[in-house]
Amino acid sequence: MGKAFSTPKSMSDNYTHYCPGCTHGIAHRLVAEVIDELGIRGRTVGIAPVGCAVLAYNYLNCDFQEAAHGRAPAMATGMKRVRPDLIVFTYQGDGDLASIGMGEIIHAANRGEKFTTIFINNAIYGMTGGQMAPTTMPGQRATTAPLGRDTAQTGMPIRMANLLGELVTPGYVTRQALLNPKQINKAKKAIKKAFEYQVEGKCFSFVELISTCPTNWGLTPLDALKWAEDTLLPYYELGDYKVPE
Amino acid sequence: MQTEIKFAGFGGQGILLSAKLLAYAAMKQDFFVAWVPSYGPEMRGGTAYCTVVISDKKIGSPIIKNPSHLVAMNRPSLEKFANDVKPGGVIFINSSLIPTRSERDDITELVVPVNDIAIKAGSIRAANIVALSAFAAKAKIVDLQLLKNCVKDEFAAKAKIIPLNMKAFDEGVNIANNS
Amino acid sequence: MAKVLMKGNEAIGEAAIRAGCKNYFAYPITPQSEVAEYLAKRMPEVDGVFLQGESEVAVGYMIFGAAACGERVMTTSSSPGVSLMSEAISYIAAAQCPAVFVNIMRGGPGLGGILPSQGDYFQATKGGGHGDYHLLVLAPDGVQEAVEMTMKAFGLAEKYRGPVMILGDGLIGQMMEPVEFPDDLNTEPSNKNDWATSGMDTRKSDKRNLVRSLFLDPKELNDNNLALKAKYEQMKKEEVLYEGYNTDTDYKVLIVSYGTMSRVCKTSIDMMKQEGIDVGLLRPKSLFPFPEKAVFKAATKESCKSVISIEMSMGQMVEDVERCVKGQRKVDFYGECGGDIPTPEKIIEIIKALL
Repeated sequence: MGKAFSTPKSMSDNYTHYCPGCTHGIAHRLVAEVIDELGIRGRTVGIAPVGCAVLAYNYLNCDFQEAAHGRAPAMATGMKRVRPDLIVFTYQGDGDLASIGMGEIIHAANRGEKFTTIFINNAIYGMTGGQMAPTTMPGQRATTAPLGRDTAQTGMPIRMANLLGELVTPGYVTRQALLNPKQINKAKKAIKKAFEYQVEGKCFSFVELISTCPTNWGLTPLDALKWAEDTLLPYYELGDYKVPE
Repeated sequence: MQTEIKFAGFGGQGILLSAKLLAYAAMKQDFFVAWVPSYGPEMRGGTAYCTVVISDKKIGSPIIKNPSHLVAMNRPSLEKFANDVKPGGVIFINSSLIPTRSERDDITELVVPVNDIAIKAGSIRAANIVALSAFAAKAKIVDLQLLKNCVKDEFAAKAKIIPLNMKAFDEGVNIANNS
Repeated sequence: MAKVLMKGNEAIGEAAIRAGCKNYFAYPITPQSEVAEYLAKRMPEVDGVFLQGESEVAVGYMIFGAAACGERVMTTSSSPGVSLMSEAISYIAAAQCPAVFVNIMRGGPGLGGILPSQGDYFQATKGGGHGDYHLLVLAPDGVQEAVEMTMKAFGLAEKYRGPVMILGDGLIGQMMEPVEFPDDLNTEPSNKNDWATSGMDTRKSDKRNLVRSLFLDPKELNDNNLALKAKYEQMKKEEVLYEGYNTDTDYKVLIVSYGTMSRVCKTSIDMMKQEGIDVGLLRPKSLFPFPEKAVFKAATKESCKSVISIEMSMGQMVEDVERCVKGQRKVDFYGECGGDIPTPEKIIEIIKALL
């Protein structure tokens, strides 16, 4: 009988610090599997964000840098420009990427920097404890929006994949979800494609992953999955927003 | 011994280049030199000026309130800086654009219609070279042949305009020697 | 090599290339944009990297990313831009990556002006960003020294695995002076395999490297800060640079001044010497580490009655001068910082009032 389960080489044996029901662990594993499958671990450098995934390097086993809040795309730019042979990816959450780091991600994408961004969208600030994110849904409660997000005051949630898909510069921009096995399989294919484009030196690649945050949403893991299906997916439509020719 | 020359005019009259060529020639004669531009909003079409400091020892302050000489390419420059020039210096006046004079009797005035001479030589764009060579011939700070070579080197990439600038240079020297 | 006449900004760009730096990221700002303009042309000629970032904030992190890979990298900016980069500089210091920053100072605070200033002394020498760190700061007084210090900066950044700053001002950036590019500087890059995230394959190693500044364990963070402190102590022993001018005389007044301002002071000293008045000058060339002992020694010379710090600021370095003189002499200050550089005549007037 063959081996039923093994840990990817690009993943450490550490237990993660993520909360029960959080989808970061799934996203980490997909990235690690893709790095293994492409055989690129020895030339891959990851960049950790500020947010729950700040310690991603404790679980993903390759060279890693730690960025300041939102600045990972600028660091990736610096790295990829001076070492185009390296495979560089940023792993960022929605507070990091869509709020404080909006400038850096837009300009890196628009320059067509040849690195990969994995964007975890769970519609909330996780690590700092459930504050409102640019991706928080209308009416969704957050510690800094105790009555729910008031869009008259704070605008509508930002759809990053749609936004980056509008850039004229060629790139690969897709939105996937991690809410059920079928979605997870599709998400892995998208992540693999994103890294492949980078290996080919083709374009910037961006994979938005609709994720859950049961703790800060105040829901059980199962209810969180359902809430994400019902509330996030109708607004954040899955699919490719840009594919290179 | 230190000599300071202020070049002043409108932005676009080529005074920064004239000053640079003078500094370059002085450097080739093993002098210490500094080329200090004014920079900022005035670069965009207003009065631009630039100071060249030439010395036989290491230059201390490159900021000069009272220069030894002045090359004034337009009227505001003459009005603004004529009184700053140290006694005994040369005040060069571009009479094509400046109807007035310095009204000083403790300096040497050199009055040359550089625009007209440059136009006669082929193009008004060479006016700054006429001014440079005329001033240099009068003030006798650097070797003229060396300066002329520096002008030639400067335009090495635009060989077509070298004859114009050589002619302008000679015209400037002639008029200075005959005035 | 023969002398060439170059603008300070352009010469700094060329110096970086001569020192083996093939990577430059920047954002335009007066009065240093000529560095970027020069390197936009020059970097492609040497197969180097030139990139204009979208902001100084982003540029700071482009520098961080490149430095973390172990590549020689530089950026240049001017005061407001350096404020924006200060965030990244704090991270770079904490993560211990070598990088070279050039600040061609202009007047501040705020947008201030675009003329020369020395108003960023505090920012450069006391931190600028958050946390316990220092930059090694070198202050040239002209184009030749700007070249030499820029070239030297890369080796120092690698020796100390941290950010090094060249602190010039708008005059040094804009002025042309003859320069000679030294070729005898040791510009061999150091071995970075122990720490750089250069890819495991590059290092032929199974051990991965992490570049980070987050240390949640108090002991780990304290240890990292102690490691930084140890470097600063070593700098104080090994990297202090200064120049004495007319200090072998029985001067009654000692001027402490750096950069462009020190040149004006030298002219004043020469002029006063002709009147039979001796004034000494101590010019710090390294601002951090500050020449503490040299200032104390020059200030406490028997003939010396008082000390004055002369700056293009409202009084910043003077705090270090006071600290070093330890109350042994009166310490005065004179400064202007609107963009007009005080004239030698003005300095003489100030000094004579002290005699």
